[in-house]
Amino acid sequence: MHIVVCIKQVPDSAQIRVHPVTNTIMRQGVPTIINPYDLFAIEEALRLRDKHGGLVTILTMGPPMAEESLRKALTFGADRAVLLTDRFFAGSDTLATSFALATAVKKIGEVFEPVDIVFTGKQTIDGDTAQVGPGIAKRLRLEQLTYVAGVTGLDLAGRTIEVERRAEGGVQALKTSLPCLITMLEGTNEIRRGSMPDALRAARAEIVTWSAKDAGIEDVTRCGLRGSPTVVKRVFAPTPRSEKAKFVEVPKDAAKPGDKGALAEALVESIFAHHPSLEADITTLARGY
Amino acid sequence: MAETAKPAPAAGGRAATKKELPERFKNHKHVWVFIEQERGHVHPVSWELMGAGRILADKLKVELAGVLLGAPGEDTMAAAQEAACYGADLVYTVSNPILADYRNEPYTKALTDLVETFKPEVLLLGATTLGRDLAGSVATTLATGLTADCTGLEIDADGSLAATRPTFGGSLLCTIYTLNFRPQMATVRPRVMPMPARVERPLGRLVEHPLAMVEEDVVTKVLKFIPDRDQNKSNLAYADVVVAGGLGLGSPENFQLVTQLASVLGAEYGCSRPLVQKGWQPADRQIGQTGKTIRPKLYIAAGISGAIQHRVGVEGADLIVAINTDKNAPIFDFAHIGVVADALHLLPPLTEAFRRRISAHIRDRIAS
Ligand SMILES: Cc1cc2nc3c(=O)[nH]c(=O)nc-3n(C[C@H](O)[C@H](O)[C@H](O)COP(=O)(O)OP(=O)(O)OC[C@H]3O[C@@H](n4cnc5c(N)ncnc54)[C@H](O)[C@@H]3O)c2cc1C
Ligand SMILES: Nc1ncnc2c1ncn2[C@@H]1O[C@H](COP(=O)(O)O)[C@@H](O)[C@H]1O
Repeated sequence: MHIVVCIKQVPDSAQIRVHPVTNTIMRQGVPTIINPYDLFAIEEALRLRDKHGGLVTILTMGPPMAEESLRKALTFGADRAVLLTDRFFAGSDTLATSFALATAVKKIGEVFEPVDIVFTGKQTIDGDTAQVGPGIAKRLRLEQLTYVAGVTGLDLAGRTIEVERRAEGGVQALKTSLPCLITMLEGTNEIRRGSMPDALRAARAEIVTWSAKDAGIEDVTRCGLRGSPTVVKRVFAPTPRSEKAKFVEVPKDAAKPGDKGALAEALVESIFAHHPSLEADITTLARGY
Repeated sequence: MAETAKPAPAAGGRAATKKELPERFKNHKHVWVFIEQERGHVHPVSWELMGAGRILADKLKVELAGVLLGAPGEDTMAAAQEAACYGADLVYTVSNPILADYRNEPYTKALTDLVETFKPEVLLLGATTLGRDLAGSVATTLATGLTADCTGLEIDADGSLAATRPTFGGSLLCTIYTLNFRPQMATVRPRVMPMPARVERPLGRLVEHPLAMVEEDVVTKVLKFIPDRDQNKSNLAYADVVVAGGLGLGSPENFQLVTQLASVLGAEYGCSRPLVQKGWQPADRQIGQTGKTIRPKLYIAAGISGAIQHRVGVEGADLIVAINTDKNAPIFDFAHIGVVADALHLLPPLTEAFRRRISAHIRDRIAS
């Protein structure tokens, strides 16, 4: 069995700052990490491999420095890493990204072993679109299983797979045929630490590095900014609310300063004064209790 | 949507220059809203979108259509009628037993066929698991642009859809266009658009469209559907009153101060992200950019600092009340009413004060 996991290197958004004047993301000095959602995809792929045998190939499209995230993925125990990097990819939106990644997955299947399952994370923390997975699936005509909480069955001989998928009001148990694409839900497993031998192997491993041409992309106008139907026209900071909160304090005539009972009364008073119809609404709601 | 929010100059790329719309797209017209119906239940985001779609359609002077996919039967007809009441001028339906449960393949085919036949210029879907699964496939099949998880939609001066969405966890907003492709697609977060008023109205037109697919063509099978247990399931997004706690509560045990107040108010309770990360609360209780967007009449936040990622999820509340020991906490920048106090000391008397007030109100009601 051969599994490809698509991961993205992203800036650690907990440490992102926005330039107050230019409204641009200040990336300098911001550490990059593997998109946290993708770790669940990596772990699920490794578990399937450990159970059923086979290989896990990690794929990323990004700048040359994205190699770091691939090495990190190898330390968890992945078998092979492919970096798709080319200036033609700059400015890709999800349609252009999924085009490039789909072409690379196809190539991986030709050059190495045929691909049975493609995993992606649910979404990225910088793009947040959750579209790249479905985009790859459509282009490669793979069965698409999104928001998967876990793979519950895999029959390699019969070429079928069963998963549990988070739907709006519940969980769908689905069965489909291989090859398929799975986008993994967060919180479904925990990434392993990786063994010492894996860490050593990762440090020395050769990262397969492909340009657009190497990956089999003939028409580079389908990549990057040119291949992207969406255009970011404006980036701006949210406007702050003009006035600050009105502060409620312990009333002057309270028995003792700092009296929390009096403060609570004053707060309730202030809430209903601010929004008079609430009192009736809350009474109606509260009667259920 | 563009991969990352590129700084403003990104708009200078080739695709950014407005060329004349290619000939093949010129007859794309009208605004469509996908009505998400599953197991006889329409997701309320569909009606929120109908409200947003009405504004866009009026601005463009075109019609607003609802799109309904599902199994043949009364549910679909009832939903079509309901769509009219929320403002749809007409409803397209594809009724077929293979659409009973959501599956990507037949839904993608049904919606793509409709778009190719009737050519809308704008197509909106809810940013739910279903909506995002479907929108991604349809946009890729049609090779058009899709802006995910939007919080604002507008028609600009020359009639293009300007879709605004938060990026980098809400620290920035970006406005995205699909200039030279049609339809212009967007998914919109539930609870971001206000729910429009429902007005009793007859259904204008109903256009039924066939689906050239049979069960044997669909590779993926639904073995089982396990509905969420209704008990304990949070209905945060649609609650009228929400009480939430953050790290300032100090320990998981103290969270019961929040649930107690919520129960007196008949409210839902929620939390900030760190509480989910620490395992104090389940993920479906998280409020904010990567959790639920809420739009209650009253939101009470205790021990929450008000980080931007939290803020974007609660800004739609009519009245925001914050309790925080730090008078400089950012939450006071967007709360309407603030109390600088220790939540652990204030929440119990607050719960009591509300309880007394509500009992009094009930007595008054009975008396009158
Ligand atoms: C990509 C990304 C996505 C995110 N998404 C979300 C999201 O969806 N939702 C979300 O909430 N966060 C989200 N966050 C996290 C967010 O940035 C903040 O870290 C988080 O909201 C802070 O939670 P908090 O306010 O509970 O904790 P803190 O920031 O630690 O604040 C605790 C507050 O409690 C106050 N306090 C302390 N003791 C008391 C007391 N006894 N009584 C009253 N007040 C007290 C303190 O003054 C402080 O203001 C996200 C972050 C990232 C990077
Ligand atoms: N540049 C990329 N390289 C590899 N995988 C990616 C890339 N961008 C997105 N993905 C994958 O697609 C998923 C969804 O991304 P997004 O649509 O940006 O939210 C991510 O979790 C990754 O698994």
